[in-house]
Amino acid sequence: MKNSTLKSNHPALPYYLPAPSRWPFIGSIGLFFLALSIANFVHDNLIGHYFFFAGALLIAYMLFGWFSTVISESMHGLYNQQLDRTFRWGMLWFIVSEIAFFGIFFGALFYARQFAVPVLGGDLPPIATHDLLWPQFHASWPLLKNPNPTTFPGADAVIPAFGIPALNTFLLLSSAAFVTWAHWGLTKNRRWQINLGLAITILLGVTFLCLQAYEYTEAYTKLNLKLSSGIYGTTFFMLTGFHAAHVTIGLTMLTVILVRCLKGHFQPHHHFGFEAVSWYWHFVDVVWLCLFVFVYWL
Amino acid sequence: MTEIAHPSKKGVIAWIERWLFTTNHKDIGTLYLSFSLSLFFVGGFMAMIIRAKLAVPGQTWISPNSYNEIVTLHGLIMIFGAIMPAFVGLANWMLPLMLGAPDMALPRMNNWSFWILPFAFFIMLMTLVLPGSGPNFGWTMYAPLSTTYGPPSTDFLIVAIHLLGISSILGAINIIATILNLRAPGMTLMKMPIFAWGWLITAFLLIAAMPILAGAVTMMLFDRHFGTSFFNAAGGGDPLLYQHAFWSFGHPEVYIMILPGFGIISEIIPTFSRKKLFGRNFMIYAIASIAILSFLVWGHHMFVTGIALKAELFFMYLTMLIAVPTGIKVFNWIGTMFRGSLSFETPMLFALAFIFLFTIGGFSGLMLAIVPADFNYHGTYFVVAHFHYVLVAGALFSIMGAIYYWIPKWTGHYYNETLGQIHFWLSFISINVAFFPMHFLGLAGMPRRIVDYATPYADFNMLSSIGAFVFGASQLLFVFMIIQTIRGGNPASAQVWEGAEGLEWTVPSPAPYHTFQTPPHIH
Repeated sequence: MKNSTLKSNHPALPYYLPAPSRWPFIGSIGLFFLALSIANFVHDNLIGHYFFFAGALLIAYMLFGWFSTVISESMHGLYNQQLDRTFRWGMLWFIVSEIAFFGIFFGALFYARQFAVPVLGGDLPPIATHDLLWPQFHASWPLLKNPNPTTFPGADAVIPAFGIPALNTFLLLSSAAFVTWAHWGLTKNRRWQINLGLAITILLGVTFLCLQAYEYTEAYTKLNLKLSSGIYGTTFFMLTGFHAAHVTIGLTMLTVILVRCLKGHFQPHHHFGFEAVSWYWHFVDVVWLCLFVFVYWL
Repeated sequence: MTEIAHPSKKGVIAWIERWLFTTNHKDIGTLYLSFSLSLFFVGGFMAMIIRAKLAVPGQTWISPNSYNEIVTLHGLIMIFGAIMPAFVGLANWMLPLMLGAPDMALPRMNNWSFWILPFAFFIMLMTLVLPGSGPNFGWTMYAPLSTTYGPPSTDFLIVAIHLLGISSILGAINIIATILNLRAPGMTLMKMPIFAWGWLITAFLLIAAMPILAGAVTMMLFDRHFGTSFFNAAGGGDPLLYQHAFWSFGHPEVYIMILPGFGIISEIIPTFSRKKLFGRNFMIYAIASIAILSFLVWGHHMFVTGIALKAELFFMYLTMLIAVPTGIKVFNWIGTMFRGSLSFETPMLFALAFIFLFTIGGFSGLMLAIVPADFNYHGTYFVVAHFHYVLVAGALFSIMGAIYYWIPKWTGHYYNETLGQIHFWLSFISINVAFFPMHFLGLAGMPRRIVDYATPYADFNMLSSIGAFVFGASQLLFVFMIIQTIRGGNPASAQVWEGAEGLEWTVPSPAPYHTFQTPPHIH
């Protein structure tokens, strides 16, 4: 096994072209069912549940099958350095697309704080918007009293930055440090360091998610801060929620990588799977830093 | 080297396996192009309904709501179903051949990004028969028409758009990785064919812009069902936020639909001028600057929404700045032809029509960019004329030119030149008959997206409808030409065109199933 993976770094190896594969088509059907399930869920159609199970199973089957194929091809030394670079470019641009996705939600937050709320409160021209719509409304941030409090009852209070969020920042930042520490272990072929580093990373990530879940419960039950609490609750839950979803994806990937490490899949000079996941983890980390500053703190 | 099975097996199962499970860039290119052609006719059929309705004022055979549904889906299908997949199909077919690559960088993902599309459009077209109404708010899906007042089927449209976004992003990642990593040894970025440059920058735009659309429609979904108030002022949000979000996707999107076309025209013009492309590096810089500017001009779609005066000036000047790189491109295309040894085969005719008509579209764009003037044109048929000149006479003509240009390489046969010329002239004349009168209608104040109009607009509308029907009918000739060329015709040489240069013209015609398994060396 070791020899074959090392051989895969041989530059004379041709670029690997896969044979026809059923996974992409299965993945498309899976996405089709998932998409249909979402559209049916929001209309309380029962069939949405069946679509969801069908779609989720197909996607899980596809991910398992597709990645197993890729891993086994890689382990058999079919991938050359050029393909390794393709994977790097692919992952890099995928992360760029994720940044753009978070970017528009941050954009919505900044727009609401800088334009929408001040204009509604009459702080910025056009004043008529304020006078004609809700003349009693005062702009403030965090916005607790919405322009129309009957349709959108505001929250009683917001989550203070220097409580759980600050602790969560510490957890995620140290998890990023541990994943890097594990990577150092990998390049020096210190197996215990890789496994320990990854395990701690995952543990910190899971703790982060638990604290986030606790914070959400507190917000809903004690602070009356909900998704429907106007633009503050909207941006708060959408940004932190999508981030938490990405943490979950990152944790799933880290777990797979840990299993692969335990099986001895990676070599000091051949471990793109590990690096891709650590890139993703760092990306999730940076998003959190922006969240902490712009959603919780400022 | 693992040898890949040739598609030689027979029978239905083998056929399904070949086309559903394929990892071959040429197969996937063919799938994309066939899919695009089919949806071009679906969207075209909707255009014919629109023009039939508008031919004479006061008709009642289609309800205003059905009309709105048709207008909405015509736009979405033509953009996401006809134009974009056609460009991706051309990229699939041609980029590996042009770059000397054995295939696309990620062949399995390539197949995935195609096969998401038919499912996405199945859901999108399904909205027409869902209870309530199909989406009826235009392809821009403005809130609150799509949130508070959107029909139930809007949610199906939203998930369809999510699928389209996933497909586009996966496709763009694949294309960008192919261009950056699979070029033949010695082919530096600056030596790379200009079509690849157009696509490299387009792929970047797709990766940056499609997630913005995904975010915008996600906000829409949550506003509709989960009580968020992104686009609802009662909760401190703003319906205008939707327009900002949509157009910060939407403006890069319109360049996604034209930059690959710029690349195609820059391939065709030198071939039929028998000269190198004039000012090649500047063409590359021009594409790059247009791409950067595309992210900074979204506000010109919102001049009449009451955004701040300073913002209007900012967007106006930056929009007008785009005329500079675009002018460079037009100048260089003409410079390429200057003192060239020109011949006028069908691809060249489409390229020339592109330059001529796209420039007209560019000029009307400049008129629309001027804030005080736009106050008069906004929401009129002038806008419809403008974007059909850049999208039909621009993007679509470049795709048609590309198909005439490369079909001998794909099929090994020349198309019937007489038929091609007839198709071109019919299209060229009818497109102007269809869309030029819309400028006058718009300047005279006829509002767009309205099911009926006042009688003074009747004559120009009839003229426009006649042009549209002729244009629609001419495209049947195009399909006939394609089928005829696939089935037979004069055999094409490897070089196909006398003045053609580049790696794609060194492989035999038709291009073998696998090409450049050993990369060629470029000096």
